Amino acid sequence: MIDALHFEFMRNALLAGLLASVICGVIGTLVVVNRLVFLSGGIAHSAYGGIGLAFFFGWPYMVCTTIFALAAALIMAAVSRSMRQRADTIIGVMWAIGMATGILLLDFTPGYNVDLMSYLFGSIMSVPRSELISMALLGGGVLALVFFFFKDLLVMSYDEEFAQVQGVPVQALYYLLIGSVAVTVVVVVQVVGLILVIALMTIPPSIAEKYTSSMLQMMAVSCGLGMLFITGGLWGAYHYDLTSGAAIILVAATGFLLSMLVDQVILRQRRQRWLRAHAIDGNDR
Amino acid sequence: MTAVPPIVTIADLCYSTGGQDILHNINLDVFRGDFISIIGPNGGGKTTLLKLILGLLKPSKGTIRINGRPPGTHGTCIGYVPQHVNHNLRFPATALDVVLMGAHDPRASRWARTSGQTKDTARETLAKLGVADCAGRKIAALSGGQRQRILIARALVSRPEMLVLDEPTASIDTKGQTEFYELLKELNKELTILMVSHDLLIVSSYAKSIACLNRCMHYHQSFGSSREVLDAFYSCSVDEICPVGVIAQQPWTIRKME
Repeated sequence: MIDALHFEFMRNALLAGLLASVICGVIGTLVVVNRLVFLSGGIAHSAYGGIGLAFFFGWPYMVCTTIFALAAALIMAAVSRSMRQRADTIIGVMWAIGMATGILLLDFTPGYNVDLMSYLFGSIMSVPRSELISMALLGGGVLALVFFFFKDLLVMSYDEEFAQVQGVPVQALYYLLIGSVAVTVVVVVQVVGLILVIALMTIPPSIAEKYTSSMLQMMAVSCGLGMLFITGGLWGAYHYDLTSGAAIILVAATGFLLSMLVDQVILRQRRQRWLRAHAIDGNDR
Repeated sequence: MTAVPPIVTIADLCYSTGGQDILHNINLDVFRGDFISIIGPNGGGKTTLLKLILGLLKPSKGTIRINGRPPGTHGTCIGYVPQHVNHNLRFPATALDVVLMGAHDPRASRWARTSGQTKDTARETLAKLGVADCAGRKIAALSGGQRQRILIARALVSRPEMLVLDEPTASIDTKGQTEFYELLKELNKELTILMVSHDLLIVSSYAKSIACLNRCMHYHQSFGSSREVLDAFYSCSVDEICPVGVIAQQPWTIRKME
């Protein structure tokens, strides 16, 4: 791995991965504890429409996709608040529409067509320096917002109704949160692809959740796990010449399965201790 | 009666969804020191009424005033204890963290760290409710009864004047319920309590007054015996004691009543 870092593209890839894991660790934690995974998936996929739009009209990618994803996210947020019972259906529909629009727009775009795969799994190995900077700026902005409203978000994430009684502007914060997810998706999609975005936003937080006792800890551990998975995946991709995005996801998935295994072992040990403490003969089980 | 103005004043309150009145012409004053239990059938509008008082819903007609101001602007005057204790179980927070959420004031400075004093208050509140040893444990590791007390502590930590509880004993066993009502009785010495409850027998021996709610409300300021309450709610002698019982679920019967 160390010798791989002699190449600039590897250094950029690693930096992009580390940035992505920090942003995804923080926003992903909020996504997981607020049960917004499906909605985030919807945003990520409908952002595809924005990508298609950007290429079809030749508009700048970052601006166009950000606006499109934000608009889709806010519509989804509004729908999910006004029709709670059927929110998942509407999100599912928008998910598909966004994606189909993107693909058709790319079809209509004359000349060279971008590789769709690179937006599904990303092209982390070919991130230019300029993109790293815009990623850091947008990501930094989102993180600053989250930490500015951290306590309100904490109270809201645990119990929205109670937060509202306390006077927390729940409605506005919800839109802010969904907006942050949209920006995160746009920032990270180009680098790691939309499938990896969802994986990075859900796998590390769902592992971290089990071993931490505060939201801040959960965010920190998620960031750490994300970095571990990305570094591991990149190393594998470099050594065995694999698709980097897919390699990273499989490393993360392995981590997820391992954590489930560890849980089982811990539970079994705890039960043994309990049995011993209650002087129950181990053979009776 | 008292010269002190009521904490909560509800006047001619209606709340409707889908063209039907969920609540119809509700009038109720809650005074300091009251222990009111709202009873009524499912769909009778009990939770809706609480949500209106808390400012989570806006009335279609009529007014609610909390200490003279509309709900939702009252800051920390009302402490709310929700119905579900198993809500968001896997959330990464300790019992103490949850209690401290009750002390969060969104209008206060964003950068202020939680003061040691607030933490002490939170610990004291937990101790008062008999769950001091749970402070450092994750909420998922607590029992339903313990979580219930944690949620009450969260409501109490901001020192409210009134506690609003929505079916607080739904997830507690019988022994726990008796303990719980003893606790409420104790708290009632300093606090006003308004709660929704289903168990009439227990309610009749702890609550000071009872409000029957089934779209319309009939308020029993005081009642002689638990027998009277039971009669009011279930029996055939409904007409004399509580007219609410006769009202069926359909709106046209309300019109007939008037």
